[in-house]
Amino acid sequence: MTKRQSRMVWVGVLLGGVALAAVLGFKALRENMMYFYTPTDLVANDAPRNARVRLGGLVERGSLVRGEGLLVTFTLADCAQKVSVRYEGILPDLFREGQGIVATGALGDDGAFTADEVLAKHDENYMPPELAEGLKSADGRHNCAPFKSVNGNLASADAPALAR
Amino acid sequence: MAEIGHYALILALAVAIAQGVLPVLGYWRGDQRLLGIGVSGAQTQFALVVLAYAALSLAFVDNDFSLTYVASNSHSQLPLIYRLSAVWGAHEGSLLMWLLMLTGWGFAVSLSSRRLPPDIAALVLATMGAISVGFLLFMLATSNPFERQFPVPAEGRDLNPLLQDPGLIIHPPMLYMGYVGFSVAFSFAIAALITGKLDLAWARWTRPWTTTAWLFLTMGITLGSWWAYNELGWGGWWFWDPVENASFMPWLVGTALIHSLAVTEKRGVLKSWTVLLAILAFALSLLGTFLVRSGVLVSVHAFATDPARGVFILAFLTIVLGAALLLYAWRAPRLVSDGAVQLVSREGLLLLNNVFLVAAAAAVLIGTLYPLVIDALGLGKISVGPPYFNAIFLPLMVPLAVLVGLSARIGWKRAKLGEALWSLRWVALTTLIAAVLLPYVLERSFAWLAIAGTALSVWLMIGALLDVTHRVRSRRDRWQGLRSIPAATWGMTLAHFGLGVWTLGVTYAGLFSVEKDVRLGPGQSAEIGAYTFTFQGTEHREGANYQSDLGTVFVERSGQPIATLNPEKRLYPSQRSVMTESAVDHNPRRDLYVALGEPIGDADWALRLYYKPFMRMVWFGGVLMFFGGILAASDRRYRLERSALKAPVTSAQTAAT
Repeated sequence: MTKRQSRMVWVGVLLGGVALAAVLGFKALRENMMYFYTPTDLVANDAPRNARVRLGGLVERGSLVRGEGLLVTFTLADCAQKVSVRYEGILPDLFREGQGIVATGALGDDGAFTADEVLAKHDENYMPPELAEGLKSADGRHNCAPFKSVNGNLASADAPALAR
Repeated sequence: MAEIGHYALILALAVAIAQGVLPVLGYWRGDQRLLGIGVSGAQTQFALVVLAYAALSLAFVDNDFSLTYVASNSHSQLPLIYRLSAVWGAHEGSLLMWLLMLTGWGFAVSLSSRRLPPDIAALVLATMGAISVGFLLFMLATSNPFERQFPVPAEGRDLNPLLQDPGLIIHPPMLYMGYVGFSVAFSFAIAALITGKLDLAWARWTRPWTTTAWLFLTMGITLGSWWAYNELGWGGWWFWDPVENASFMPWLVGTALIHSLAVTEKRGVLKSWTVLLAILAFALSLLGTFLVRSGVLVSVHAFATDPARGVFILAFLTIVLGAALLLYAWRAPRLVSDGAVQLVSREGLLLLNNVFLVAAAAAVLIGTLYPLVIDALGLGKISVGPPYFNAIFLPLMVPLAVLVGLSARIGWKRAKLGEALWSLRWVALTTLIAAVLLPYVLERSFAWLAIAGTALSVWLMIGALLDVTHRVRSRRDRWQGLRSIPAATWGMTLAHFGLGVWTLGVTYAGLFSVEKDVRLGPGQSAEIGAYTFTFQGTEHREGANYQSDLGTVFVERSGQPIATLNPEKRLYPSQRSVMTESAVDHNPRRDLYVALGEPIGDADWALRLYYKPFMRMVWFGGVLMFFGGILAASDRRYRLERSALKAPVTSAQTAAT
């Protein structure tokens, strides 16, 4: 092999490696992408049934009901619509009624959402940007009566369970 | 005092501008005095930033709540150690920490600059000066930690409780040392491009700096993983969170860089590739900073959500990367390699290793940035989950691990593959036997993934030791042979062995973990395998600045008591936030992990119970890599004076390592 040929082999190996990574990557990416929806999207049937999606909204006050073992149900809402969510497991520390959360799971045929993961962020005034955007009304603000506003003060009902 | 800190930063900016511009001018004109400004500038700048940092620390110690930053991140009840670490607990202060590290690295380079030719030293320091101009401007314009507020609040809003943990005291500084450390390799690369000189000496100067940055980054990531496991209460050690990825990408490219630097030093080839990697490693560090600081990410780390900051860092990243790549395109063709690379040779395998590492970094980059791009284009909001990263990352790591073991028996320049494979026959046989037996003995499993993972791990560990055993055997006097092994080889051995240990941990903790979320009342118990977890209930406790519910869980194995675990749920009233402190009983073989979920009903609690085999090995592997890095960076051949390096490379030197 001449110098030039061996260099070409190297360039080939490099390109091959990158191409392989790219193919594997985009295949895996396509299979593992999850879209973000708001309750309004779900109710309007914009979201696929029985596919894993992320649902973001505010937990409606007074909607949390505990069942057998670790089963909980609660209502997740935005300004316009609400969806009932079923979850079996441990809720994050910052899960509270009135708080914005993101649930990962699938919408069943009955219109209820079954979550296998619930995320609440560490700052209780913090809201995932995608959720805050989804909650905005036409004038760029939102003020849904049953929930606290994105930038508003904490209501006393937010005190954690430990404060008993 | 705060104003002194502020002025010090402004002065540092002026010094940084001089440090960034004048030495370059001196290089063009051949003016030695202007070149010298690099060294004095770096030292003055470091002193000024230390002053600013001390001023901010003092404000925290004194509870000076007239500073907005102190008021937002401290509290008079906060223990002193956390008041000191709160300095880097949020955006502004962590930038100051970034800057302290950057100027600290510059100071270190300036101290050892007499070993460098004056023009290289000046250009390296000028590049570092230019980088700190960017960060100083950023701080002074958008994120000044010394900003006063009026009226002065009587009490601070307290440090985020997540950060009140010993792990968090050292995790960010380590990580920043690593991030910022790559600026040195970057500056050396820029100096090489400008002067067109990239020789053995250049590689020898650059290697210890790069290895040092890498070892800090390794430790930073390991600590972050350990902290997340203990503190977040989810029991995971790696989440493929975008911010974790932001630190992992520079690590992957940095790992590629230290290997490609080895090739450049030993064989004088892959020069332009090495320079490109040095540029990319630092660019990815900056990208990481952008991702974390801009608030574009939804993550536990994303605390600053000011769009102006994001735009600034993005612009800065574009300028730095754009200028570096332009310079690269213009000057890299000058960096002529001294020979060709054969596939079957150590440099050939190292180049292959580079391909895999860079491909892995690219895959992580795609998964991290793709959702941002889709969002920016208005095509919807998506997220890419851990399955993507696992599916792409693990297949790329398998051939890499095989190569690491193989490379121990492949020499530089040209080697015979058949011979190397034949000499590895006993190692391969041992590996195979261990791979089939171990998963069965340890976990009663013949799962092929467990066999494959064990095989890779054993292969790596034995392969790592081969270099040492071979050197010892080649001498008549074994003791002499052992003593003749250079520190760099010990470092490599330790780091590769660490990779094997890490692989073992990932394989077993990944495949055989049992995770159970249960609801238990006092006296009730749950079982995981042979382990019985009995919940005894909780009691109320008062901490320094928090209240807690302290749970008690007895663990028994086949009726024999093993451990009493005390998981805790803390409420920090000043921030009204709740923290989960998990309790772990660990030995090298397995972790038993208990975390309190939430109270349900009167006395019942939701509990998270995990059994994780070989969990400690994941971090222990990282620690071994860290110490391997220390050994490698301390090799005495990097400390040779300039005169000793002037001699041309002899074949004896090449053969010696």
